[in-house]
Amino acid sequence: MTRRSIGPALLLAAAALAPAAHRAQEEDATAAIARYRELLQDGNPADLWEARGEALWQEKRGPKAASLEGCDLGKGPGVVKGAYAELPRYFADGDRVMDLETRLVHCMGTLQGIDAAEATKQKFGAGDKRSDLEALAAWIVAQSRGLPVRVALAHPKEKAAYALGERIFFYRGGPHDFSCATCHAQSGKRIRLQELPNLTTPADAKRAFATWPAYRVSQGEVRTMQWRMNDCLRQQRFPELVFGSEGSVALITYLARQANGAGMDAPAIKR
Amino acid sequence: MPFARTVAVTLAGLALAGLAHAAQPQRGAKDEARAREVIRASFKEKGQAGLDRLEQDEVQAACSRTPGQGPLPAAAAKKLVAAQQATLAYPADGKLMGDWKKGEQIAQSGVGKQFSDDPAKPSGGNCYACHRLSKQEVSFGTLGPSLYQYGKVRGQGEAMQRYTYAKIFNPQAFTACSTMPRFGHHAILTEEQIKDLVALLLDPASPVNQ
Repeated sequence: MTRRSIGPALLLAAAALAPAAHRAQEEDATAAIARYRELLQDGNPADLWEARGEALWQEKRGPKAASLEGCDLGKGPGVVKGAYAELPRYFADGDRVMDLETRLVHCMGTLQGIDAAEATKQKFGAGDKRSDLEALAAWIVAQSRGLPVRVALAHPKEKAAYALGERIFFYRGGPHDFSCATCHAQSGKRIRLQELPNLTTPADAKRAFATWPAYRVSQGEVRTMQWRMNDCLRQQRFPELVFGSEGSVALITYLARQANGAGMDAPAIKR
Repeated sequence: MPFARTVAVTLAGLALAGLAHAAQPQRGAKDEARAREVIRASFKEKGQAGLDRLEQDEVQAACSRTPGQGPLPAAAAKKLVAAQQATLAYPADGKLMGDWKKGEQIAQSGVGKQFSDDPAKPSGGNCYACHRLSKQEVSFGTLGPSLYQYGKVRGQGEAMQRYTYAKIFNPQAFTACSTMPRFGHHAILTEEQIKDLVALLLDPASPVNQ
Protein backbone atom coordinates (compact mmCIF):
# COMPACT_ATOMS: atom_id res chain seq x y z
CA MET A 1 0.00 0.00 0.00
CA THR A 2 3.01 2.30 -0.10
CA ARG A 3 1.87 3.73 -3.40
CA ARG A 4 -1.41 4.88 -1.93
CA SER A 5 0.18 6.29 1.21
CA ILE A 6 1.98 9.14 -0.54
CA GLY A 7 0.93 11.19 2.43
CA PRO A 8 -2.67 12.12 3.12
CA ALA A 9 -1.58 15.51 4.46
CA LEU A 10 0.32 16.15 1.29
CA LEU A 11 -2.63 15.26 -0.90
CA LEU A 12 -4.88 17.52 1.09
CA ALA A 13 -2.37 20.32 0.78
CA ALA A 14 -2.21 19.75 -2.97
CA ALA A 15 -5.99 19.64 -3.25
CA ALA A 16 -6.48 22.81 -1.22
CA LEU A 17 -4.02 24.65 -3.38
CA ALA A 18 -5.48 23.47 -6.66
CA PRO A 19 -7.34 26.07 -8.72
CA ALA A 20 -9.63 25.04 -11.55
CA ALA A 21 -7.06 24.97 -14.30
CA HIS A 22 -5.54 21.53 -14.84
CA ARG A 23 -2.03 22.83 -15.57
CA ALA A 24 -2.01 25.01 -12.47
CA GLN A 25 -3.25 22.03 -10.45
CA GLU A 26 -0.32 19.94 -11.52
CA GLU A 27 2.18 22.70 -10.84
CA ASP A 28 0.74 23.31 -7.39
CA ALA A 29 0.85 19.61 -6.56
CA THR A 30 4.50 19.49 -7.59
CA ALA A 31 5.28 22.63 -5.57
CA ALA A 32 3.52 21.22 -2.50
CA ILE A 33 5.59 18.05 -2.74
CA ALA A 34 8.79 20.02 -3.18
CA ARG A 35 7.92 22.06 -0.07
CA TYR A 36 7.17 18.85 1.87
CA ARG A 37 10.54 17.42 0.86
CA GLU A 38 12.27 20.64 1.87
CA LEU A 39 10.68 20.53 5.32
CA LEU A 40 11.82 16.93 5.74
CA GLN A 41 15.46 17.90 5.33
CA ASP A 42 15.33 19.73 8.65
CA GLY A 43 16.27 16.73 10.74
CA ASN A 44 17.03 13.15 9.80
CA PRO A 45 16.37 10.40 12.37
CA ALA A 46 18.85 8.24 10.41
CA ASP A 47 21.42 9.73 12.84
CA LEU A 48 20.09 7.28 15.43
CA TRP A 49 20.64 4.33 13.10
CA GLU A 50 24.14 5.57 12.29
CA ALA A 51 25.08 5.77 15.98
CA ARG A 52 23.76 2.27 16.64
CA GLY A 53 25.53 0.99 13.53
CA GLU A 54 28.89 2.37 14.64
CA ALA A 55 28.49 0.71 18.05
CA LEU A 56 27.53 -2.59 16.37
CA TRP A 57 30.60 -2.39 14.13
CA GLN A 58 32.87 -2.12 17.18
CA GLU A 59 31.06 -4.53 19.49
CA LYS A 60 32.44 -8.02 20.06
CA ARG A 61 29.58 -10.34 19.06
CA GLY A 62 28.75 -13.86 17.94
CA PRO A 63 30.24 -17.26 18.83
CA LYS A 64 33.72 -15.91 18.04
CA ALA A 65 33.18 -12.82 20.23
CA ALA A 66 34.77 -10.61 17.56
CA SER A 67 33.97 -7.16 16.23
CA LEU A 68 33.49 -6.30 12.56
CA GLU A 69 36.45 -3.95 12.64
CA GLY A 70 38.51 -6.41 10.63
CA CYS A 71 35.88 -6.61 7.87
CA ASP A 72 37.21 -5.81 4.40
CA LEU A 73 34.54 -3.79 2.59
CA GLY A 74 36.75 -3.64 -0.50
CA LYS A 75 39.35 -1.05 0.46
CA GLY A 76 41.21 -3.22 2.97
CA PRO A 77 40.32 -4.67 6.41
CA GLY A 78 38.66 -2.07 8.60
CA VAL A 79 38.58 0.69 5.95
CA VAL A 80 35.09 2.14 6.05
CA LYS A 81 35.60 5.61 4.61
CA GLY A 82 34.60 5.66 0.96
CA ALA A 83 33.90 1.91 0.87
CA TYR A 84 30.20 2.15 0.06
CA ALA A 85 30.76 4.45 -2.94
CA GLU A 86 32.70 1.63 -4.63
CA LEU A 87 30.20 -1.16 -3.96
CA PRO A 88 29.06 -3.57 -5.31
CA ARG A 89 32.42 -5.11 -6.21
CA TYR A 90 34.08 -8.50 -6.69
CA PHE A 91 35.51 -10.14 -3.58
CA ALA A 92 38.03 -12.92 -4.19
CA ASP A 93 37.40 -14.51 -0.77
CA GLY A 94 33.81 -15.28 -1.74
CA ASP A 95 34.49 -15.45 -5.51
CA ARG A 96 31.44 -13.31 -6.20
CA VAL A 97 30.23 -9.75 -6.53
CA MET A 98 28.80 -8.44 -3.27
CA ASP A 99 26.85 -5.37 -2.29
CA LEU A 100 27.19 -3.83 1.16
CA GLU A 101 24.62 -6.01 2.88
CA THR A 102 25.87 -9.24 1.31
CA ARG A 103 29.38 -8.29 2.41
CA LEU A 104 28.23 -7.58 5.95
CA VAL A 105 26.57 -10.99 6.16
CA HIS A 106 29.80 -12.51 4.83
CA CYS A 107 31.91 -10.72 7.49
CA MET A 108 29.48 -11.64 10.27
CA GLY A 109 29.99 -15.26 9.23
CA THR A 110 33.76 -15.29 8.85
CA LEU A 111 34.72 -12.92 11.68
CA GLN A 112 31.96 -13.39 14.24
CA GLY A 113 30.76 -16.92 13.47
CA ILE A 114 27.17 -15.75 12.99
CA ASP A 115 25.54 -17.88 10.28
CA ALA A 116 23.73 -16.25 7.36
CA ALA A 117 20.26 -17.34 8.52
CA GLU A 118 20.82 -15.68 11.90
CA ALA A 119 22.42 -12.58 10.35
CA THR A 120 19.48 -12.03 8.01
CA LYS A 121 16.71 -13.06 10.40
CA GLN A 122 15.76 -9.40 10.88
CA LYS A 123 17.03 -8.14 7.54
CA PHE A 124 14.45 -5.35 7.55
CA GLY A 125 13.43 -3.63 10.78
CA ALA A 126 9.81 -3.59 11.91
CA GLY A 127 9.16 -1.33 14.91
CA ASP A 128 10.55 -2.97 18.04
CA LYS A 129 12.25 -5.63 15.95
CA ARG A 130 15.25 -3.62 14.92
CA SER A 131 17.56 -4.61 12.10
CA ASP A 132 21.29 -4.66 12.82
CA LEU A 133 21.98 -4.74 9.09
CA GLU A 134 20.05 -1.51 8.50
CA ALA A 135 21.92 0.20 11.34
CA LEU A 136 25.32 -1.01 10.14
CA ALA A 137 24.47 0.05 6.58
CA ALA A 138 23.37 3.50 7.76
CA TRP A 139 26.69 4.10 9.50
CA ILE A 140 28.90 2.65 6.75
CA VAL A 141 27.08 4.56 3.98
CA ALA A 142 27.41 7.81 5.93
CA GLN A 143 31.21 7.39 5.75
CA SER A 144 30.95 7.87 1.97
CA ARG A 145 29.02 11.13 2.18
CA GLY A 146 30.27 13.60 -0.43
CA LEU A 147 32.39 11.01 -2.21
CA PRO A 148 31.69 10.05 -5.84
CA VAL A 149 30.10 6.71 -6.73
CA ARG A 150 32.85 4.71 -8.46
CA VAL A 151 31.79 1.26 -9.57
CA ALA A 152 34.73 0.14 -11.68
CA LEU A 153 33.40 -2.98 -13.46
CA ALA A 154 37.06 -4.03 -13.74
CA HIS A 155 36.58 -7.73 -12.89
CA PRO A 156 34.80 -9.97 -15.44
CA LYS A 157 32.29 -10.98 -12.76
CA GLU A 158 31.48 -7.30 -12.15
CA LYS A 159 30.87 -6.83 -15.87
CA ALA A 160 28.68 -9.94 -15.90
CA ALA A 161 26.73 -8.67 -12.89
CA TYR A 162 26.09 -5.35 -14.65
CA ALA A 163 24.87 -7.09 -17.82
CA LEU A 164 22.65 -9.40 -15.80
CA GLY A 165 21.32 -6.50 -13.75
CA GLU A 166 20.37 -4.72 -16.95
CA ARG A 167 18.55 -7.84 -18.16
CA ILE A 168 16.60 -8.05 -14.91
CA PHE A 169 15.78 -4.32 -15.08
CA PHE A 170 14.03 -4.87 -18.41
CA TYR A 171 12.60 -8.34 -17.57
CA ARG A 172 8.82 -8.31 -17.77
CA GLY A 173 6.81 -10.88 -15.87
CA GLY A 174 4.03 -11.57 -13.41
CA PRO A 175 0.29 -10.99 -13.81
CA HIS A 176 0.82 -7.28 -14.58
CA ASP A 177 3.65 -7.71 -17.15
CA PHE A 178 5.74 -5.23 -15.18
CA SER A 179 9.51 -4.79 -15.27
CA CYS A 180 11.58 -2.17 -13.44
CA ALA A 181 11.64 -0.32 -16.77
CA THR A 182 7.84 -0.06 -16.87
CA CYS A 183 8.07 2.77 -14.33
CA HIS A 184 11.74 3.75 -14.49
CA ALA A 185 12.70 4.11 -18.16
CA GLN A 186 10.80 7.29 -19.07
CA SER A 187 11.58 10.82 -17.92
CA GLY A 188 9.24 13.22 -16.14
CA LYS A 189 6.55 10.65 -15.26
CA ARG A 190 4.67 10.01 -12.01
CA ILE A 191 2.70 7.30 -10.23
CA ARG A 192 -0.12 9.21 -8.58
CA LEU A 193 1.89 12.22 -7.32
CA GLN A 194 5.13 10.33 -6.83
CA GLU A 195 7.78 11.36 -9.35
CA LEU A 196 9.58 8.43 -10.95
CA PRO A 197 13.30 8.58 -11.66
CA ASN A 198 14.31 7.44 -15.14
CA LEU A 199 17.08 5.11 -14.04
CA THR A 200 18.37 4.71 -17.59
CA THR A 201 19.54 8.34 -17.64
CA PRO A 202 22.60 9.50 -15.65
CA ALA A 203 20.96 12.55 -14.01
CA ASP A 204 18.02 10.65 -12.51
CA ALA A 205 20.08 7.53 -11.74
CA LYS A 206 22.60 9.64 -9.83
CA ARG A 207 19.96 11.48 -7.83
CA ALA A 208 18.23 8.22 -6.93
CA PHE A 209 21.25 6.08 -6.08
CA ALA A 210 23.08 8.78 -4.10
CA THR A 211 20.11 9.14 -1.72
CA TRP A 212 19.81 5.47 -0.72
CA PRO A 213 19.79 4.16 1.99
CA ALA A 214 17.22 6.56 3.40
CA TYR A 215 15.09 7.13 6.44
CA ARG A 216 11.52 6.55 5.26
CA VAL A 217 9.10 8.79 7.10
CA SER A 218 6.13 6.61 6.05
CA GLN A 219 7.79 3.58 7.67
CA GLY A 220 9.83 5.06 10.50
CA GLU A 221 12.82 3.00 9.43
CA VAL A 222 16.11 3.40 7.60
CA ARG A 223 15.80 1.36 4.43
CA THR A 224 18.64 0.06 2.29
CA MET A 225 19.05 -0.78 -1.41
CA GLN A 226 18.22 -4.45 -0.72
CA TRP A 227 14.93 -3.27 0.80
CA ARG A 228 14.32 -0.87 -2.10
CA MET A 229 14.73 -3.71 -4.63
CA ASN A 230 12.59 -6.07 -2.54
CA ASP A 231 9.72 -3.62 -2.25
CA CYS A 232 9.81 -2.51 -5.89
CA LEU A 233 9.55 -6.14 -6.97
CA ARG A 234 6.68 -6.70 -4.54
CA GLN A 235 4.80 -3.91 -6.27
CA GLN A 236 5.80 -5.44 -9.62
CA ARG A 237 3.79 -8.47 -8.42
CA PHE A 238 6.89 -10.68 -8.57
CA PRO A 239 7.68 -13.34 -5.95
CA GLU A 240 10.04 -12.23 -3.18
CA LEU A 241 13.54 -11.17 -4.19
CA VAL A 242 15.95 -13.25 -2.10
CA PHE A 243 18.08 -11.04 0.15
CA GLY A 244 21.66 -11.00 -1.13
CA SER A 245 20.83 -13.22 -4.10
CA GLU A 246 22.90 -13.00 -7.29
CA GLY A 247 19.99 -11.28 -9.02
CA SER A 248 19.58 -8.68 -6.28
CA VAL A 249 23.28 -7.82 -6.32
CA ALA A 250 23.27 -7.70 -10.14
CA LEU A 251 20.38 -5.25 -10.13
CA ILE A 252 22.14 -3.04 -7.57
CA THR A 253 25.37 -3.24 -9.60
CA TYR A 254 23.48 -2.02 -12.67
CA LEU A 255 21.90 0.87 -10.77
CA ALA A 256 25.16 1.86 -9.04
CA ARG A 257 27.07 1.89 -12.30
CA GLN A 258 24.35 4.03 -13.92
CA ALA A 259 25.01 6.50 -11.09
CA ASN A 260 28.81 6.58 -11.41
CA GLY A 261 30.13 10.04 -10.55
CA ALA A 262 27.22 10.96 -8.27
CA GLY A 263 28.17 12.51 -4.94
CA MET A 264 26.92 10.19 -2.19
CA ASP A 265 24.37 11.95 0.03
CA ALA A 266 23.00 9.17 2.18
CA PRO A 267 21.40 8.19 4.44
CA ALA A 268 18.86 10.64 3.05
CA ILE A 269 15.31 11.25 4.24
CA LYS A 270 12.33 10.41 2.06
CA ARG A 271 8.58 10.54 2.53
CA MET B 1 -4.99 -20.27 -12.50
CA PRO B 2 -4.30 -17.08 -14.40
CA PHE B 3 -0.94 -18.46 -15.43
CA ALA B 4 -1.92 -21.92 -16.57
CA ARG B 5 -1.69 -20.82 -20.17
CA THR B 6 1.71 -19.28 -19.57
CA VAL B 7 3.46 -22.61 -19.44
CA ALA B 8 2.20 -23.50 -22.89
CA VAL B 9 3.47 -20.33 -24.44
CA THR B 10 6.81 -20.13 -22.62
CA LEU B 11 8.49 -22.18 -25.30
CA ALA B 12 7.10 -19.87 -27.96
CA GLY B 13 8.40 -16.96 -25.92
CA LEU B 14 11.85 -18.45 -25.70
CA ALA B 15 11.85 -19.01 -29.45
CA LEU B 16 10.88 -15.38 -30.03
CA ALA B 17 13.52 -14.12 -27.63
CA GLY B 18 15.99 -16.32 -29.47
CA LEU B 19 15.12 -14.58 -32.74
CA ALA B 20 16.01 -11.27 -31.14
CA HIS B 21 19.55 -12.54 -30.81
CA ALA B 22 19.78 -13.86 -34.37
CA ALA B 23 22.89 -11.73 -35.00
CA GLN B 24 24.85 -13.56 -32.32
CA PRO B 25 22.97 -16.81 -31.76
CA GLN B 26 25.59 -18.64 -29.68
CA ARG B 27 26.28 -15.98 -27.09
CA GLY B 28 22.69 -14.76 -27.04
CA ALA B 29 21.23 -18.18 -26.27
CA LYS B 30 23.83 -18.85 -23.58
CA ASP B 31 23.27 -15.47 -21.89
CA GLU B 32 19.54 -15.97 -22.13
CA ALA B 33 19.66 -19.38 -20.44
CA ARG B 34 22.05 -18.15 -17.75
CA ALA B 35 19.93 -15.05 -17.06
CA ARG B 36 16.79 -17.16 -16.65
CA GLU B 37 18.60 -19.56 -14.32
CA VAL B 38 19.83 -16.70 -12.08
CA ILE B 39 16.46 -14.98 -12.07
CA ARG B 40 14.75 -18.21 -10.97
CA ALA B 41 17.33 -18.74 -8.22
CA SER B 42 17.02 -15.14 -6.99
CA PHE B 43 13.36 -15.29 -6.03
CA LYS B 44 11.26 -17.34 -3.67
CA GLU B 45 7.54 -17.94 -3.46
CA LYS B 46 5.73 -15.67 -1.04
CA GLY B 47 2.03 -15.39 -0.35
CA GLN B 48 0.13 -15.70 -3.60
CA ALA B 49 3.23 -14.92 -5.70
CA GLY B 50 4.74 -18.19 -6.91
CA LEU B 51 7.81 -18.71 -9.07
CA ASP B 52 5.52 -19.37 -12.05
CA ARG B 53 5.25 -15.59 -12.28
CA LEU B 54 8.83 -15.52 -13.57
CA GLU B 55 7.96 -17.70 -16.58
CA GLN B 56 7.45 -15.31 -19.46
CA ASP B 57 4.74 -15.67 -22.06
CA GLU B 58 5.50 -14.60 -25.64
CA VAL B 59 4.59 -10.95 -24.99
CA GLN B 60 6.74 -10.66 -21.87
CA ALA B 61 9.68 -12.36 -23.60
CA ALA B 62 9.41 -10.16 -26.70
CA CYS B 63 9.00 -6.96 -24.68
CA SER B 64 11.96 -7.38 -22.30
CA ARG B 65 14.53 -5.92 -24.66
CA THR B 66 17.42 -3.83 -23.35
CA PRO B 67 18.36 -0.52 -25.04
CA GLY B 68 21.27 -2.36 -26.67
CA GLN B 69 18.85 -4.79 -28.30
CA GLY B 70 16.72 -1.92 -29.59
CA PRO B 71 12.94 -1.88 -29.97
CA LEU B 72 11.00 -4.92 -31.17
CA PRO B 73 11.22 -5.04 -34.99
CA ALA B 74 8.03 -3.91 -36.75
CA ALA B 75 7.24 -7.32 -38.25
CA ALA B 76 7.49 -9.03 -34.84
CA ALA B 77 5.36 -6.28 -33.28
CA LYS B 78 2.67 -6.82 -35.91
CA LYS B 79 2.65 -10.57 -35.29
CA LEU B 80 2.46 -10.03 -31.54
CA VAL B 81 -0.56 -7.73 -31.86
CA ALA B 82 -2.34 -10.20 -34.17
CA ALA B 83 -1.72 -13.08 -31.74
CA GLN B 84 -3.03 -11.05 -28.82
CA GLN B 85 -6.12 -10.04 -30.81
CA ALA B 86 -7.00 -13.71 -30.82
CA THR B 87 -7.12 -13.73 -27.01
CA LEU B 88 -9.92 -11.15 -26.78
CA ALA B 89 -13.06 -12.46 -25.11
CA TYR B 90 -16.21 -10.39 -24.70
CA PRO B 91 -19.01 -10.87 -22.14
CA ALA B 92 -21.42 -13.65 -23.07
CA ASP B 93 -24.46 -11.52 -22.21
CA GLY B 94 -23.41 -8.90 -24.76
CA LYS B 95 -23.55 -6.10 -22.18
CA LEU B 96 -20.39 -4.00 -22.01
CA MET B 97 -21.39 -1.10 -19.75
CA GLY B 98 -21.58 -1.61 -15.99
CA ASP B 99 -21.82 0.87 -13.12
CA TRP B 100 -19.47 3.87 -13.30
CA LYS B 101 -19.65 4.36 -9.51
CA LYS B 102 -18.17 0.91 -8.97
CA GLY B 103 -15.75 1.67 -11.80
CA GLU B 104 -14.47 4.72 -9.93
CA GLN B 105 -13.74 2.55 -6.86
CA ILE B 106 -11.90 0.02 -9.00
CA ALA B 107 -9.90 2.82 -10.64
CA GLN B 108 -8.89 4.12 -7.20
CA SER B 109 -7.83 0.78 -5.71
CA GLY B 110 -4.23 -0.34 -6.04
CA VAL B 111 -4.51 -3.63 -4.18
CA GLY B 112 -4.27 -7.03 -5.74
CA LYS B 113 -1.76 -9.71 -6.79
CA GLN B 114 1.10 -8.45 -4.60
CA PHE B 115 2.53 -11.07 -2.24
CA SER B 116 1.39 -8.78 0.56
CA ASP B 117 -2.24 -8.76 -0.66
CA ASP B 118 -5.04 -11.04 0.48
CA PRO B 119 -5.89 -13.15 -2.60
CA ALA B 120 -9.46 -13.60 -1.34
CA LYS B 121 -10.18 -9.90 -1.83
CA PRO B 122 -10.92 -8.45 -5.27
CA SER B 123 -8.12 -6.64 -7.09
CA GLY B 124 -8.30 -3.01 -8.09
CA GLY B 125 -7.39 -1.60 -11.48
CA ASN B 126 -5.23 1.19 -10.02
CA CYS B 127 -6.05 3.28 -13.10
CA TYR B 128 -5.28 6.57 -11.31
CA ALA B 129 -1.71 5.38 -10.69
CA CYS B 130 -1.02 6.10 -14.37
CA HIS B 131 -3.97 8.02 -15.84
CA ARG B 132 -5.87 11.20 -15.19
CA LEU B 133 -9.55 10.28 -15.20
CA SER B 134 -11.89 12.64 -13.36
CA LYS B 135 -11.42 16.33 -12.73
CA GLN B 136 -11.88 15.88 -8.98
CA GLU B 137 -9.02 13.44 -8.43
CA VAL B 138 -5.81 15.48 -8.48
CA SER B 139 -3.63 12.57 -7.35
CA PHE B 140 -3.14 10.87 -10.70
CA GLY B 141 -0.07 9.53 -12.48
CA THR B 142 1.24 10.31 -15.93
CA LEU B 143 2.71 7.04 -17.21
CA GLY B 144 -0.40 6.65 -19.37
CA PRO B 145 -2.32 9.28 -21.34
CA SER B 146 -5.02 11.43 -19.74
CA LEU B 147 -8.43 9.79 -20.06
CA TYR B 148 -10.34 12.83 -18.85
CA GLN B 149 -13.45 13.29 -21.05
CA TYR B 150 -12.66 9.97 -22.75
CA GLY B 151 -16.29 9.25 -23.63
CA LYS B 152 -17.27 12.83 -24.27
CA VAL B 153 -14.63 13.09 -26.98
CA ARG B 154 -15.09 9.64 -28.51
CA GLY B 155 -18.79 8.93 -28.09
CA GLN B 156 -20.57 6.06 -26.35
CA GLY B 157 -21.64 3.86 -29.26
CA GLU B 158 -21.34 0.07 -29.34
CA ALA B 159 -18.12 0.08 -31.35
CA MET B 160 -16.55 2.38 -28.77
CA GLN B 161 -17.77 0.16 -25.93
CA ARG B 162 -16.26 -2.92 -27.60
CA TYR B 163 -12.96 -1.16 -28.24
CA THR B 164 -12.75 0.13 -24.67
CA TYR B 165 -13.61 -3.27 -23.17
CA ALA B 166 -11.00 -4.97 -25.36
CA LYS B 167 -8.33 -2.36 -24.61
CA ILE B 168 -8.69 -2.96 -20.86
CA PHE B 169 -8.94 -6.73 -21.38
CA ASN B 170 -5.69 -6.86 -23.37
CA PRO B 171 -3.87 -3.68 -24.46
CA GLN B 172 -1.24 -5.81 -26.23
CA ALA B 173 -3.94 -6.60 -28.80
CA PHE B 174 -3.59 -2.98 -29.95
CA THR B 175 -0.11 -1.77 -29.00
CA ALA B 176 2.86 -4.14 -28.98
CA CYS B 177 4.76 -3.92 -25.68
CA SER B 178 2.28 -1.49 -24.12
CA THR B 179 3.18 -0.83 -20.47
CA MET B 180 -0.46 -1.34 -19.43
CA PRO B 181 -1.39 -4.63 -17.74
CA ARG B 182 -3.63 -7.14 -19.55
CA PHE B 183 -6.39 -6.89 -16.97
CA GLY B 184 -8.76 -9.42 -18.52
CA HIS B 185 -6.30 -11.76 -20.20
CA HIS B 186 -4.40 -12.24 -16.92
CA ALA B 187 -7.59 -12.30 -14.82
CA ILE B 188 -6.53 -9.33 -12.70
CA LEU B 189 -10.06 -7.94 -13.03
CA THR B 190 -13.31 -9.84 -13.56
CA GLU B 191 -15.62 -9.36 -16.52
CA GLU B 192 -17.96 -7.41 -14.20
CA GLN B 193 -15.18 -5.09 -13.08
CA ILE B 194 -14.06 -4.36 -16.64
CA LYS B 195 -17.67 -3.50 -17.52
CA ASP B 196 -17.70 -1.05 -14.60
CA LEU B 197 -14.52 0.56 -15.93
CA VAL B 198 -16.03 0.83 -19.41
CA ALA B 199 -18.94 2.70 -17.79
CA LEU B 200 -16.52 4.94 -15.89
CA LEU B 201 -14.92 5.90 -19.19
CA LEU B 202 -18.03 6.15 -21.37
CA ASP B 203 -21.14 6.85 -19.28
CA PRO B 204 -22.22 10.49 -19.84
CA ALA B 205 -22.97 10.70 -16.07
CA SER B 206 -19.45 9.54 -15.10
CA PRO B 207 -17.12 12.19 -13.57
CA VAL B 208 -14.70 11.33 -16.37
CA ASN B 209 -17.06 12.99 -18.86
CA GLN B 210 -17.94 16.12 -16.88
